[in-house]
Amino acid sequence: MSVAIPPGARLIFGRPELLVDRTTSYCPGCGHGVVHRLVAEVLGELGLGGKTIAVAPVGCAVFAYEYIAVDFVEAPHGRAPAVGTGIRRVRPDAFVLTYQGDGDLAAIGTAEIVHAAARGENITAVFVNNGIYGMTGGQMAPTTLIGQRSTSSPGGREAGLHGYPVPMTEMLAILPGVVFAARGSVVDAPSIGRAKAYLRRAAELQLARKGFAIVEILSNCPVGWGMTPQASIERLKEVATVYKPGVIVDRAKEPAPAPAAAPAAAPADAEPAGEPAAGR
Amino acid sequence: MTATMPAAPRATGGTAPATAPAAHAARHRVQRVLMKGNEAMAEAAIQAGCDAYFGYPITPQAELLEWMAKRMPEEGRAFVQAESELGAINMALGAAATGARVLVSSSSPGISLMAEAMSYMAGSEVPVVLINVMRGGPGLGSIGPSQSDYFQAVKGHGHGDYRVPVLAPASITEAMALVADAFELAERYRTPVIILADGILGQAMEPVELRFRTPERVDFDWALSGADGRPPRVVRSLHLKPEDLEVHNRHLQAKFAAIAGREVRSAGEHLEDADLAIVAYGTAARVARTAVARAREAGLRVGLFRPITLWPFPSGALAELAGRVRGLLVVELSAGQMVEDVRLAVEGRVPVAFDGRTGGMVPTPGEVLAALRALDETAGPRRAVEGGAR
Repeated sequence: MSVAIPPGARLIFGRPELLVDRTTSYCPGCGHGVVHRLVAEVLGELGLGGKTIAVAPVGCAVFAYEYIAVDFVEAPHGRAPAVGTGIRRVRPDAFVLTYQGDGDLAAIGTAEIVHAAARGENITAVFVNNGIYGMTGGQMAPTTLIGQRSTSSPGGREAGLHGYPVPMTEMLAILPGVVFAARGSVVDAPSIGRAKAYLRRAAELQLARKGFAIVEILSNCPVGWGMTPQASIERLKEVATVYKPGVIVDRAKEPAPAPAAAPAAAPADAEPAGEPAAGR
Repeated sequence: MTATMPAAPRATGGTAPATAPAAHAARHRVQRVLMKGNEAMAEAAIQAGCDAYFGYPITPQAELLEWMAKRMPEEGRAFVQAESELGAINMALGAAATGARVLVSSSSPGISLMAEAMSYMAGSEVPVVLINVMRGGPGLGSIGPSQSDYFQAVKGHGHGDYRVPVLAPASITEAMALVADAFELAERYRTPVIILADGILGQAMEPVELRFRTPERVDFDWALSGADGRPPRVVRSLHLKPEDLEVHNRHLQAKFAAIAGREVRSAGEHLEDADLAIVAYGTAARVARTAVARAREAGLRVGLFRPITLWPFPSGALAELAGRVRGLLVVELSAGQMVEDVRLAVEGRVPVAFDGRTGGMVPTPGEVLAALRALDETAGPRRAVEGGAR
């Protein structure tokens, strides 16, 4: 829906064409809306709206297809990277995007994300990490921080009882099939700008058929965290001291240290393992 | 039309490289070759235009995956050995959601893992063909042939109100034909279709005629190809409002009713003069066929009723048969699963006996003959009970 611009005026902020003009089902203050917007902006700026096939997760973002105007398939819980793999292998010219939360990606979908990354599938994985299961009412996720209270860790997460938070993006980054791994945040405007830059980089690498890219975006869940939106943003700053934002690996840009799992002979800037997937 | 045209080149029967014996033979059509069932079903899928195969190794279907690993890249089509059966079936979901013709295969424990995505695909109406080369269960069971996944295949496997067509071949040649039929059914009705084979059908070698069929492509108005020049499409099973989900479920049930009305298949042998009949599918039907021959040599008028679609079940034909025989003997490689559907179909008109072996064991024709003799003695001519002795 476009608004008529009066003569002499200039539009400096508008709704991205691919972001549907509809009230979302997300709670007030939730970061998913911001991430949706970033995804819509990047797809729009790269002209990918007509060639994107996206995969929606199970979780709060299951409704992503209601808000981002591209083709979508809904995956079973955690399976988005496998679904994306299937699309990739029969649609070499499509832009394939998966969108998952941390319960979906870091718990039930661990095998699927690890192996899609290991194969170097030429897809772009958006990973929204808010450290909790939002849709089911605020239970502990693998990403929940030590000490954090949730409805299934009412006394706070204890390492001895619940194990440690899982740094998924760092884990994935050691795989040679991963061309790009970065972590952004929705905590403030500069961070949101950087998160968008990571998404754009990841998308461009897919277009260049460089392999698997993941962009984790730290987000807030005011309702699940039991906080006001404003307090949840303060809390998100603390989360970012544990999960540090930044580029974790960019194998297309600069030679990275040879990952432990990579064969010694493979230079870090070589064609990623996933390259053969492209064009199949 | 891009929605149904996968980017991978589609092969015809005549273009396969000479390195593949089946494809070589296909070029000089209708040669008879000796093939394993697993390999024959795999090649039949390729010749039927299968665009993508996803699998995970498991006995006794591993040769199917291995055949695809070699042949699919030769044809320029997609093959992925997945990280698990969960991975494989969800890759199938993704590929099939774009309109590609997709095959997955596994054996019993792997099929259990695929149940989740089967439910999603039934709900979101994604066509895919799934071959189950059944082995003994429950649990890890054995790697011997079995038919103990009948309930799983026919009664629903995953959660929710849904049915999928289940095709049961009794020979390798029939299995090859049913692969093409399965793709056609899947695409016509937007549904997963199961081919229920067993370890013997998968592993045995038979001379097969290399007759292949490539079903015509359907112009899908739902497949995902990128929303270029049209509104975005969504392939999903979520309908959060109960009112909406009920509407969707009614639509699905109407589709299942249409399938049940149009797609029932069965075969009969020696039923014209039969006064006893065996009901069996797949490998059990092969054993039964031998038992029927021996029974006839021994003077028993026995026929064989063989369901080819297990869902929709040929209840009508069985009910008709029940009106003209004295009794039915159901033979299965299970503790008795299809027998429940036979009893439902005949509604007590005639005695329904059961003979089965489990765990990878296969009943011998002699055992089946003994069960027929027992049925012959107990079935008898129907007696009037009114006024009988108290």
